[in-house]
Parts: sequence; C-alpha cells; structure tokens
Amino acid sequence: MLYFPAWKKAVVILACLAGVLFSLPNLFYDRVERANDARKALEAGRTDPGLAEQAALWPAWLPSGLVNLGLDLRGGAHLLVEVELADVYAERMDALWPEARKTLREIRDLIGGFRRVDQGGPELRIRLNDPAGMPHAIKALEALATPVGGGLLGAGGPDIEVEAQGDEVVVRLTEAARRQIDESTMAQSLEIIRRRIDAAGTREPTIQRQGRDRILVQVPGVGSAEEVLALIGTTAKLTFHLVDSASADANTRPGPGKIKVPDADDPQRFYILEREALITGDRLTDAQPGFDQQTGQPVVNFRFDTAGARRFGQVTAANVGRPFAIVLDGKVITAPVIREPITGGAGQISGSFTVESATRLAILLRAGALPARIKVLEQRTVGPDLGADSIAAGERAVVVAFVAVLVFMVLAYGLFGVFADIALMFNLAMLIGALSALGATLTLPGIAGIVLTVGMAVDANVLIFERIREELRAGKGPARAIELGYERAFSAIVDANVTTLIAAVILFAMGSGPVKGFAVTLGIGILTSVFTAVLVTRLIISIWFAARRPRTLTV
Amino acid sequence: MRLKLVPDEVRFPFMRWTRLAVTLSAAAVLASIVLLFTAGLNFGIDFRGGTMIEARTPQPAEIARVRAAVGALGLGDVQVQEFGDPRDILVRVEAQPSDAEGDQMQTVKRVREALEAEIPGVEIRRVEVVGPKVSGELIVQGALAVALSVLSVLVYIWLRFEWQFSLGAVIALVHDVVLTMGVFSALQLQFNLSTIAALLTIVGYSLNDTVIVFDRVRENLRKYKEMPLDKLLDLSIGETLSRTLMTSGTTLLALLALYFLGGETMRGFTFAMIWGIVVGTYSSIFIAAAAVLRLDVKRDWSGGAGGAAKGPTGVNFNGAQV
Repeated sequence: MLYFPAWKKAVVILACLAGVLFSLPNLFYDRVERANDARKALEAGRTDPGLAEQAALWPAWLPSGLVNLGLDLRGGAHLLVEVELADVYAERMDALWPEARKTLREIRDLIGGFRRVDQGGPELRIRLNDPAGMPHAIKALEALATPVGGGLLGAGGPDIEVEAQGDEVVVRLTEAARRQIDESTMAQSLEIIRRRIDAAGTREPTIQRQGRDRILVQVPGVGSAEEVLALIGTTAKLTFHLVDSASADANTRPGPGKIKVPDADDPQRFYILEREALITGDRLTDAQPGFDQQTGQPVVNFRFDTAGARRFGQVTAANVGRPFAIVLDGKVITAPVIREPITGGAGQISGSFTVESATRLAILLRAGALPARIKVLEQRTVGPDLGADSIAAGERAVVVAFVAVLVFMVLAYGLFGVFADIALMFNLAMLIGALSALGATLTLPGIAGIVLTVGMAVDANVLIFERIREELRAGKGPARAIELGYERAFSAIVDANVTTLIAAVILFAMGSGPVKGFAVTLGIGILTSVFTAVLVTRLIISIWFAARRPRTLTV
Repeated sequence: MRLKLVPDEVRFPFMRWTRLAVTLSAAAVLASIVLLFTAGLNFGIDFRGGTMIEARTPQPAEIARVRAAVGALGLGDVQVQEFGDPRDILVRVEAQPSDAEGDQMQTVKRVREALEAEIPGVEIRRVEVVGPKVSGELIVQGALAVALSVLSVLVYIWLRFEWQFSLGAVIALVHDVVLTMGVFSALQLQFNLSTIAALLTIVGYSLNDTVIVFDRVRENLRKYKEMPLDKLLDLSIGETLSRTLMTSGTTLLALLALYFLGGETMRGFTFAMIWGIVVGTYSSIFIAAAAVLRLDVKRDWSGGAGGAAKGPTGVNFNGAQV
C-alpha cells in the first residue's frame, strides 16, 4: 500500500510549516520592516520613546526575515566603478625619484650625467649620458628595493626591479609589489567610499569589491546616480603648495621642481606651484561647512592633527607674505597670501562655494581622499515610482499565473489536481520562505522566476498523474497504480529538473545584478517544487487513500 | 469530465513527418543564421554600451518632438520609442566615441536636461549607462554562459542516456536557441541581458519535454525488443504527447500572465521564453526524436552477450557502439 513512514511524514509536514512560517512576514511587509528597524535601533542603544512600540508591531518569536527588494523594485542607484590602480603605481614611482636621484648623484663619478626621461607612469626611466656606467647604476638602484611583506609565505621579494634598455635604466614595481598595492588601495578605497556614503546618511548601502580593481556601490532610495557620483567620484586629494607665479597661461612651461595647475573656476588660468606639497589632506582631523565671518560666503573650516598643525605653523611662519595654493584634485581652489603664521592648526578654505558644495567638500575631506581616481563603468538607476509599479505588475502576474495554473490542474486532473494545487501553494510559501531566510534579493527578473516556477512546479505532478492514468489503463489496482506512477515518473522528473537547475547555476555564476536574482528564484524554485510535487502530493494522497480506500480511481 | 489537450494515447506516424519537419527546421535555422549575419541582433545597451533613459510624460508623449530635441544634442544615433504606454518613452543614445567613460555620465545629464526643457514635468524613471568595457565583457560572458549550459546539458544527458540521445537533445537545443535568436533578429527585438537569461532557461526547460520522450523511448526499447525503431519512436511520442503538452501548457499559462501583466520591462524576456517553449516542444517531438532515428541506438543492453537483437530496420550496431 501507500506506506509512508512516520518520520518521513514528520519531515515533510515540518518543512511545509517552516515554509509558511518563514514566508509569513512578507505578507505584512511594512509592519515587519518597521519592527525590524526599531529593534535594530534599540540594539544600537537608542531609546527614543516610540521605538519599543514600533518593535512590538511584530511578535519577536516569529521569524522576521524579509525578502530583500532589489534596486529595480525599491528604486535606487547602482554604480560599478573601477579604481585606477595604475595611478598609484605612477605615484609610487614619482615618490621613488628623489631618492633615486640622490643615490645616483652619489656615484656620479662612476656613471656620469643622467636625467629622468619618463613623463610619469608606471615606470621610472633614467637616461645615462654614458652607457658604460649602466651596471653601477643598476646596482645602486637595486639597493633601493625594500622587501614586500609576503604574508604567510614570508618575504615576497623586492618591491622594485631594475633593468637596462639601451642607454636607459628602467625601474618598475615587481608583480608582488603591485599585488600588495592593489590590495591596500582597494581596501582603502572601499573604506573611504563607505565612510562618504554613510556620512551622507543613506539607508543600507551595499559596497563590495568585485574582481581585481572594481567596486560595486548600490544605494537604495536615491533618485539619481549623479548624487552618489558627486560623493564617490571625487578623489578629494587636498594639498597645500607654495605659489611660484599666479599668472600663467596654457603655454607656460613649469621649471624643474614646479608644476602647472589650473584654476578651479577659470580653466584658462594657471598657477605655477612648487611640486612638493607643504602639507596634505591626510593630516586633517576635521572639516565642517561654515560661513565666512566677513563676507558671509560659504566656506569649509578645517583642523589639522598635532603633527600637521606643527608643520603648518612652521611653513606659514617661514613664508609670511607669500601666496600659497589650496589644491583639490589637481585644481587650485584658492590661493591666499599668508599674512601671519597659522599656529592653531585650524584654517578655512574659501572659494566659490555654494552651501551644498561646501557641505559636500567637508564630508569628502572628513572621510579622507581616495587613494586613486575612480572611473564609472556602469550605472543603473531606477526611480522609486517605477519600482513600485514593477512590484504591482509582478504581484498581479504572480497571482493570475497562480490562479490560472490552479484552475487548469483541477480541470485536468480533478481531485488529484486539487492535491497538486495544495502542493503548489506550499511550494510558493517555501520558495518565498527560503528567499527570506537566506536574505536573498528579489529583483524584477526574480519575480519572473517565481512566475516561471509556478508554471513549472506542477510539471512533475503532470508526469506522475499521467503515469498513474497509464498504469490504471494497463489494469493495475488503484494503490498499485499510484505507487508505480510515482516510481516510474521519477527518473524523468529528476532529469528534467536537473537540466533546468544546471542552467540556473550557470546563470547564477555568470550573471550580474538583476539576472542573478532570476537565477536564485529559479534555482530555489526548482528544489522546492521537486520536494512539494513529489513528497507533499504523495503524503496528501496517502492520507486520502487511507481514509477513503477507493476501489476504483479516476485521475 | 477532464480537460484533455490530446487523447491519452495518440497513434500517429510522427516519424513519417520528420522529413518535412527536419526540412522546415533546417530552412528556419538557415534563415535565422542568415538573418543574424545580415540584419544582426538589435543589441540593447547591455551589450552595445550607451545610455538609456525611461521617462514618463504628463501627457501622451510626442515621440517626434522628443527625438528632435535629443537629436539636436549631437550625440550620434538616438532612438526614441513608446514604452508600453503612450506616456512612457524610452530614449536610447549610442555609446559616445571618446574613450573616457565619464562622457557617458555627461550624456545622461544632457539628455535629461533636454527632456526637462522640452517637456515640463517629465519624470525620469530609469537610467542605465553601460560603458564600452563592461558591455564587451557582458557579451563574452553571455555567449560563454549559453555555450557552457548547452555543453553541460550534453554531458548530463550523455551520462543518463546513450550518446545518440545526448546528441539528439543537443541538436534540438541548438535548434531552439538559434530560432529564438533568429526571431529576435527578424523582429529586431532588443537583445539584452534578460534575453540571455531567457535563452539559458530555454536550454534548461526545453529539454524537459525531450527528456520525457527519451525516458519513454528507453523504457520501450527494453519492452519491445523487436519493434522497428521508427515505430517505437512513434509509440513513445504518442504515449507521452499528452504530458508533453500539459507540462508546456501550464508553463505557457504562467508565462502568458507574465507577458500581459508583468510590465513592459520584462516583456522581451517573456516573449523569448514563450517562443522558446513553443519551439522547444515542437523540437522535442520532431527534431530530437528524428535525430535519434538517424543516429540509431544500441538495443542489446538487456544483457544478451553475443546476439545483438536484430532490428528489422537494419541497425548498424558497430557504429552505435563507438
């Protein structure tokens, strides 16, 4: 007969109940979300009066996991950016030059004259007037290498390699050094982007590293990617330089040790500055937007740390009467004249700011400079209205598909169709329950995956029921026919679902963003549907069969 | 009374019709390939790079006016179309030639400002910008994913069945995928990431019907050792036809609901799925089985050591055992 061991019964029933229980919070989405937020706030130590009341909106003993809504449903901005790691390599080489110059000068009698010939970049190229000095130069430069921390494997070798190319010595970073730079640059970039976005007060942003040099930033609830980009797109590298000449044009060539920097407001105007910065923004401890006491213009007030304050005091004391430039990301914001030594460690940046841009600059300066420029590779923004429309449309489609399939199954298989329908309901509950419990993100294609699952979930039942019909026609008794139906349809069910599962897994592995959401719902849907279509219907049928003991059977 | 799409057991000489079906399919596949090379696919910005903006206007939008306004920006190829509703428009601007990806962001700003100037009260609902680097990668990834899924399915079916079945299934699959891409080319529907998702799902799902038929063929091969292969295939397809159509039917039912109610964004995906399932069901019956008929199968697996069962069809067993 249709024997079903008690433990198996228990497992099936428990799994169904768990599905219902875990999917339940989604029926009360707003309520649960508010309760969850309140609980999080309480845990964080906040004690606003309304919080306990809010937290009580949803009983604590019930599961409270919700299906995360993807950006395409909730609205928000998605940005994929690339960190220009090559910038950092170039910066490293730039930083190496003074030391290299000093080293080579010390052995000038061996190697003769030399000069740097690269234009900045990942390689330092030094031309020797007398190629005969090459071996000495290489040896001297190689001595500048420092070992790269190789982690668990011990020292990872030197950080630079030196080689001769014709009459030029080429110094570049080794693979190990680059890897180390990549890692620290990415970690720092992630941290700074996170700080900046948090400072702007957005809710639950996602900031993730992707691959070697990419960062994915997802911010729910913002209307345009430009807002996010304004925050993360600027390097915010702040430096202070002494001004050599304040009236240069595009054709002026800076002398050795000098740089030409354009004005932030007037791109036709250039300043010639000392290449070496007096002090940089990483010595800042605070930056706040404010207003100038005399002019009432928006300004940014900043404060240096102790070491920075001392250094700033020294250089201003030594250069009273000279102008110095405040340079942000390669543009001169302002170039005031030093009237007196600034010893308190505090200062003010005034430029042509609006209240908004001053506030933003203050956030950026507080969060710190990005170690390298970033470049936007991909941007997707969905407005909240469209998201809400998509949810509504998706819900309608799920409900109609669900009802249509329910009716179809009853029309085609009568009472057995009802059994399949019950299983389908549990399937949907388990699918949504699993998504909530796993904290998976539901996207618009994900909803399509749910609809598709509804259509495909009953396939296994169709196979089983058709097989039962066939066994009945072959003259088998009701119990035997049901048993054979399940047994013989099983291999086709497994094969059919494994192939779809393979497709879902590949899609998950290779897909991105919303499409991944589709793969998740499709994949989980296949697993839950096989479970409910095979085990749940079988349990229902065995209970029904034990109660009724029908002599004949029509499926 | 039961709803039945076809009688329980269909006696129909399917295999006699395979010549026609194969000819038709071959012609359709050929036409699709020619289309893919001439007309090509209408790649969405996922694969071509560029900018796409979906906007809702307060009144039904005048497409021509919008096109003129955005076209005046000198951003190259601009497409403006209605998007599901007379008030919704979709503006697509091609990837800007200069290599700087910052340009694409500038494009969004300019198009948005042009729209706002032209249609006061316009609401920007969705913006997508894909740089050339990412779009190039997405194409490679998409193609790789489809190829990989077909390959994995080939291996899986091979493990579960004889190689002839595996090859038959894959021929049917490639047929489904090529025809789906062909219809996207013929109708110049937008081909984007979700279309790739649809193709992969078709690969997984259209196999279901094939597996149902093959499962029965395997069973019948054991049961009827002497039956000619073409008759046996006819019988197997006939016996399973009802469930093949029922399973596809329920899935189509759900997809139709999605097509009509699921919103404009998912319509391309749903269209691909619907087409793929219809074609997939057809190919399971005619193409996959026809391939098995041509490739022949080994029939002596029930353990007869020396004597290969003599198939009246003149089965070449040596060839089949490779």
